Amino acid sequence: MTRAATQPGAPIRAKRVLPGFTLSLGTTLLYLTLIVLIPVIALILKGAEIGPAGFWRIVSSPRAVAAFQITLTAAVIATVVNALYGLLMAWVLVRYEFPGKRLLDALMDVPFALPTAVAGLSLTALFSANGWFGAVLHPAGVPVVYTLLGIALAMAFTSIPFVVRTVQPVLEDLDPALEQAAVTLGARPWTVFTRVVFPAILPAWLAGCTTAFARSLGEFGAIVFIAGNLPFQTEIAALLAFIRLEEFDYNGAAAIALVLLGFALVLLFVSNLLQSWAARYREGAR
Amino acid sequence: MTPRSLNPAPGQSRRAERALIGLAVVLTLLFVAAPLAYIFARALSEGWQVYASNILHPVTLHAIWLTTITALIVVPLNVAFGIAAAWAVAKHRFPGRGLLVTMIEIPFSISPIIAGICYLLLYGRQGLLGPWLQANDLQVMFALPGIVLVTMFVTAPFVAREVLPLMQAQGSEQEQAAVTLGASGWQIFTRVTLPNIKWALLYGAVLCTARAVGEFGGVSVVSGNIRGQTNTLPLHVELLFNDLNAVGAFAAASTLTLIALVALMVKALLEGRKAA
Repeated sequence: MTRAATQPGAPIRAKRVLPGFTLSLGTTLLYLTLIVLIPVIALILKGAEIGPAGFWRIVSSPRAVAAFQITLTAAVIATVVNALYGLLMAWVLVRYEFPGKRLLDALMDVPFALPTAVAGLSLTALFSANGWFGAVLHPAGVPVVYTLLGIALAMAFTSIPFVVRTVQPVLEDLDPALEQAAVTLGARPWTVFTRVVFPAILPAWLAGCTTAFARSLGEFGAIVFIAGNLPFQTEIAALLAFIRLEEFDYNGAAAIALVLLGFALVLLFVSNLLQSWAARYREGAR
Repeated sequence: MTPRSLNPAPGQSRRAERALIGLAVVLTLLFVAAPLAYIFARALSEGWQVYASNILHPVTLHAIWLTTITALIVVPLNVAFGIAAAWAVAKHRFPGRGLLVTMIEIPFSISPIIAGICYLLLYGRQGLLGPWLQANDLQVMFALPGIVLVTMFVTAPFVAREVLPLMQAQGSEQEQAAVTLGASGWQIFTRVTLPNIKWALLYGAVLCTARAVGEFGGVSVVSGNIRGQTNTLPLHVELLFNDLNAVGAFAAASTLTLIALVALMVKALLEGRKAA
């Protein structure tokens, strides 16, 4: 197409091709290949080298199965918490005016900006027996540090922004006429929400939950502080991969990493589908 | 008539509004603000003098230096990549554009620890390039190059994803006009495109810096965590925590927190500018 456009005698519209295409695309591809693609291929090649039987033996070992179960359970808890909290925050930040709203909105970005190790350190200390929250929860018989609950808490904290920030713009774009019509027809606020608002934000909400879930599955920094890292009890999959590396068991590390990579790519695909569904929904609403 | 005045039970919905705002504020204070405040409370719990001596400890200073160097290498490269990617995707049409955008976003969905493992399998002693690197006496893993490379992986999408949507929304009419007037590629970029995207670029660079400085999982795989040599600031936080030096860990963490807060403030300022 480019070649045809630069031929002499081509229509003036051919001038639409701006300079720098080869340079910019070349730079992009080179960077992505060197930094992202080749390392990921190295992991996949290592997986191929292990072979299906070896792969299955590593992945189905009791310790690995326990680690996957713990990771999935905690990630589900964290995602459910964020699904509800994120929906509440998006609703409150879009629909209501109150003092301190901008600060509350800015706080939503804290988990993205704060290094995960710092978040993990702070949460661990807060919830340990002599911390602000632990001092209350511990005597009440709710230990958080070194439990599954602690892992879920760390996952929930680090993935807070996903649901809020995906639902917020959709809620802002929602045509108020739809809700006014529902109210005119005598619908009560809860009915308006469940029948009019919620279906409109559902795709975005699900997309946000999917990314939050993906992030929780891969989270490492915040969790190593709070989990206590006991095999079969509070050892997450990412950490088990890390331990295998320290034991120079590269096959073990690669197999677990490949499972996590597979989860991540599937969830990325699902989230992209949901996002395009959400985009179509928004087009239709206009 | 406003929608609210149409409401059958305004008193009830006002009460619901207050309850929801209250719930949102309380949860956010407990869930987000408290962990943030606690970092400074603990870092300063033994006074400013102890805080200063914790920060000025040679090993901590070395960690700060290593983290700074890493960010100084990674961020400019990432800015260049982000601009190139945005320019290629936003200003041109070619087959595979969608695929390229997905590829740029991939590091977001891959856990940093997986990134670290990928790099170890490529550059480590048992890795694909391991024998060659050893034969040429090149040290990538457990040294600065490894830390930089993993950080580049993790931060790859940051600038591109801020600049790309903006370039797409702005279209390329202005650049086309510049071409018609005989401007060179470089002139078009610096005089037309750059002024249009400078705030998004700055914001992307700030986010990239915050992420580069705070990277933990990937770096902990490739750095080897050698005290005073290859431990970056986030790794140093973990080291101090494992040494049961909580106040020291919080002091080191507070410097990272300050960087995060600066990033958030820049974001708030730029959003105010956008709204104005």
